[in-house]
Amino acid sequence: MNKPPDSIIQARGLRKVYNTGKVQVEALRGVDLDVPRGEFISIVGPSGSGKSTLFHIVGGLTPPTAGEVIVAGRNVSTVGERGRTELRSSSVSFVFQKFNLLPNLTARDNIRTALYISGKEPDQFDPELLSLLDLLGIAGRLDHKPSEMSGGEQQRVAIARALATRPAILLADEPTGNLDSRNSLAVLNILKDLNERLGQTILMITHNTEAAAFGHRTLHMRDGRIAETSH
Amino acid sequence: MIFTLVWENVRFKPVRTLLSVLLIAVPVTLILTLIGLSRGFLDDSARRSQGVGADIVFRAPGTSVMTFSGAALPEKLTEVLTQTAHVTQATGVVNQPIGGFDSVTGIDPAGFTRMSGGFIFREGRIFEKPDEVVVDQFYADQRHLHAGSVTRILNRDWHVSGIVEPGKLAHLFVDVRNLQDLVGATGKLSQIYLKLDDPSNTPQVIQALQAKFDGYAIYSMKELVSLISVNNIPLLAGFINAVVGIGVIIGFAVVSLSMYMAVLQRTREIGILKSLGATNGFVMGIIVSEAAALGFGGTIAGILLSFVTRWTMLHIAPASLPQAVVPSWWPIAGLIAMGGALLGSVYPGLMAVRQDPIEALAYE
Repeated sequence: MNKPPDSIIQARGLRKVYNTGKVQVEALRGVDLDVPRGEFISIVGPSGSGKSTLFHIVGGLTPPTAGEVIVAGRNVSTVGERGRTELRSSSVSFVFQKFNLLPNLTARDNIRTALYISGKEPDQFDPELLSLLDLLGIAGRLDHKPSEMSGGEQQRVAIARALATRPAILLADEPTGNLDSRNSLAVLNILKDLNERLGQTILMITHNTEAAAFGHRTLHMRDGRIAETSH
Repeated sequence: MIFTLVWENVRFKPVRTLLSVLLIAVPVTLILTLIGLSRGFLDDSARRSQGVGADIVFRAPGTSVMTFSGAALPEKLTEVLTQTAHVTQATGVVNQPIGGFDSVTGIDPAGFTRMSGGFIFREGRIFEKPDEVVVDQFYADQRHLHAGSVTRILNRDWHVSGIVEPGKLAHLFVDVRNLQDLVGATGKLSQIYLKLDDPSNTPQVIQALQAKFDGYAIYSMKELVSLISVNNIPLLAGFINAVVGIGVIIGFAVVSLSMYMAVLQRTREIGILKSLGATNGFVMGIIVSEAAALGFGGTIAGILLSFVTRWTMLHIAPASLPQAVVPSWWPIAGLIAMGGALLGSVYPGLMAVRQDPIEALAYE
């Protein structure tokens, strides 16, 4: 596969078939995608359109059934489980709709866990991470557990945890889905700011067209394919 | 970091943690109590044997260290033995089991006093009538007896004539002739204790006696005490092994169930860890470390509970069930509990490792 210069994600003919009992569900039916480094892409589409599946494959949570996808220099189609685990620990990070913080741990320990897993020093936050925590407005909330924080705060901790390992790609799955409009706007602005200031590559799934407008371009998915791209 | 994760996990569900620890503690306590009772019983026997003050014990053929074949020695043998070179005193006793771990011992008060230096009475005096018994302080505490109390032994009532300091031969003493008649062993003895002019002559005297009394069980008191061990009590070592096996099984079952439930409850958290790039080894490490923490907690709790059982035994049956503290068995009991716990964590750990991260993240 010829890789365009500085393309951090490149997919060709990506297919994914799930076997649910005796029924085969074709979630992706040949997706081609190029994402240059530093781009902020929004992915929209109805339920079952394949956007989450694309997200999971790019994030190394599952391999494709067919086709090829190269993420941050790794061919996710061929690297196997160990390679996908390495991809998750070193190159991609997730932000989920339900925040997915470890409930037993404080915000600080959630971030430390991500650092530890990625092989970085977990006990001392470097200046960049400290300034990120300031930017996110959670520097004073690090010793609280998720149950002691608002949804907006939890999502900002999730963003901090995701970016603490300096991933090449941030995958955000409906990051504002569980937030009120004020917190949604705050999180979207943070993502846009991170993209503009740090050049962070971001893929964001959303149902919200206003949220999608924060990206450089929007991929419209339908029936397992990218049906349209808008800028 | 794993320590933080494990610590927060065990803290997060305190009731589950506490129950698991207590259940793992059960076999640890069981093992330590059994070992403590065995050791305590044997130490008590050894101490009481040494308290006789003899140098040699003479028993009938076919008797083992911890069992007696009733009263099988002819009483007149005492006189014969007294005439052996270097033997200065000989006194015979009769042992009669009275149920459980207890037995009553018939002694000749004059001979026994000469050999042992005599009892130290805390209450009352030596028996003088056929229905009188002397008991030691342990037995008196166990049965709430005082001088003048009546206690039932061998299906008849006895008056406690005195209470003595423990540590000499037995817990209950009656007149040897009286006991011989009661158990139908008139003129017979269970064993004869010999005192020598000089303890250094013991090997020489034993050799001479063995030459003269072929097949008889003749031990120096030092040898007898050294032979009072778990391995010389029929079936005890096997029983201990069975309890150890039960300990491993309980530890395995408790931790397996507990960690299985924990893995189910934490399906989403395992998905989160995997989404962060946690390796299978990391996930397995958390489960195994948590099991080890439960095993360690169970060991500590089990050791503490063994002191509770000891305290209980000391207050309920200090004579029949003396429980020793055996620190050398703490690490062994701990290893047994940890072994069971670690074995029990393998399946839940594998279950966690095999979880699909996407399904785990979608788990409600």
